[in-house]
Amino acid sequence: MTIRNKAAVVGVGATEYFKRGQSYPESEFSMACTATLAALDDAGLTVDDLDGFSIYSNSCDPAAVAAELGVPEVRWATTLTSGGGGCAGALGVAAAAIDAGMATAVVTLMTLQQLTKRLGGSAVGGMLQYALMSEGSSPYGGSGIPPSAAFTANNGLLSPGHSFALLTQRHMHLYGTKREHLAEVCISERENAIKRPTSLRTEPLTLDDYFNARMISDPLCLFDYTMESDGAVAVVTVAAERAKDLRQPPVYILASAHGGTGRWGPALFRYFQIPDDEFASSGHRPVAKRLYEMAGVGPEDVDVALLYDHFSPLVIMQLEDYGFCPIGEGGPFVADGNIRYGTGTIPVNTHGGNLSEAYIIGMTHVREAVEQLRGTAVNQVEGAEIALTTGGPASLPVSGTLLRKG
Amino acid sequence: MTTSEFGELTKGVFPSILRDTYADPKTQPFWDAAWEDRLVAPKCTSCGTFRLPPSAYCFNCRSRDVQWVDLPGTGTIYSFTVVRHPLHPDFAVICPYVSGVVELDGTQGAGARMLVNIIDCDPETVRIGDKVQIVWEHVGDEMSTPRFRPIHGASKARRR
Repeated sequence: MTIRNKAAVVGVGATEYFKRGQSYPESEFSMACTATLAALDDAGLTVDDLDGFSIYSNSCDPAAVAAELGVPEVRWATTLTSGGGGCAGALGVAAAAIDAGMATAVVTLMTLQQLTKRLGGSAVGGMLQYALMSEGSSPYGGSGIPPSAAFTANNGLLSPGHSFALLTQRHMHLYGTKREHLAEVCISERENAIKRPTSLRTEPLTLDDYFNARMISDPLCLFDYTMESDGAVAVVTVAAERAKDLRQPPVYILASAHGGTGRWGPALFRYFQIPDDEFASSGHRPVAKRLYEMAGVGPEDVDVALLYDHFSPLVIMQLEDYGFCPIGEGGPFVADGNIRYGTGTIPVNTHGGNLSEAYIIGMTHVREAVEQLRGTAVNQVEGAEIALTTGGPASLPVSGTLLRKG
Repeated sequence: MTTSEFGELTKGVFPSILRDTYADPKTQPFWDAAWEDRLVAPKCTSCGTFRLPPSAYCFNCRSRDVQWVDLPGTGTIYSFTVVRHPLHPDFAVICPYVSGVVELDGTQGAGARMLVNIIDCDPETVRIGDKVQIVWEHVGDEMSTPRFRPIHGASKARRR
């Protein structure tokens, strides 16, 4: 018994996307409400129908949203632990709640305003906080200084970028992955973003631009990093049977999985005791295996992949871990044009991703997956039937969801 | 060398922003040895697995008992990054600096890696697999910051 095809995403809502801080005087809370209302409206539902919240990274306080919007009764309120890795998996939790009869209409959302805070600790206070966190804390804030902090606090590894640079350097060492390969991820996503009106980065990006960009943390340069953005995206999930009668064509949750190898643990965030055979990876391998088993499909059946891209090399590692190419061959795979929209074998991040459209901690990927399967995407993949969307690499859980056209 | 709120700053050397060990009984032996410039690590009494930072349970066999073992203080760069963008304005002085993961000689891979600043190395030529050795900086009354430097082509250790 699984959640396979038991539930469907029936509504999508979003605010405008903003450069960091520019969503003011809106707040994270107000944008969460705006996106939720828009998602309900898109589905042809109202607040009276909403009874569940399945979120990740504690994106909002369901209590506050329910009170603000006048939700008659909350029957389900969960968050996946840790950070952005739970993005895709929160849809699976929504489906599980609905399939178990615990809730009937569940919203999954992310809202983000980087006005006074900046994720990843690139602001001064956050930097120290990041440096001092350890087990029992998250990349988005900790409390107190645990004894283990003294083992890493003075080592100069201060931000997620530094951490992902270490995975990338190891991948390059083991497999010969090159900066040209990372560039292809950035350039292909930019090409997709240019055509999409919601995108924050629409100027063309050339290989020369890429190699002329300043290095931030070798081997990562400016363009390998996600943008910092503001905005909110919400989706509404209901039972498959009910989905047929709503306003939009249903997009079924074919399968969903979250988690990862236990020893991956907090992974990049002040840990680094990842087993050797998984160090230069996205941490998604066990999740991918369970996902495909639940779905009864394989990577060859996926028409479009929306891969969490906080840093470009992690797209390459996810392509390997989700079986689009063998382990270690992700670099040449992208260099051969395989992820390009229109010509590639597996179009990746057709919306422009976190790198070029906007960074709303993964929910833009879910939105794009739904648009692709409704047939309304800006960069529509012809005949798209199955879309993969992922959350992480990050601390566990990381997650993946396969969506299917209705 | 430049003085800032982080103390004296030197190119390539990340300053000791934490000046206390915040030790508890399971980490205190590490810092006691460090104050004597010795690297020790907890080894599971039951199955022999090392674990750094020290943890209550052995991830391999769940035992809580450890023996503290002296390590040679040498190792190999497992991965690294060259940090070129200062995340604090004062850090412009220290950039570029190298930080990374060192696998410790005398241990067995994951479970006994250290995450450290690697000093006295050329950021343009440092490589995975380079051999390095530990250098301690004593800070305040109890903290010893471990850094590593290349075994070949190194200059004298930094102490203050």
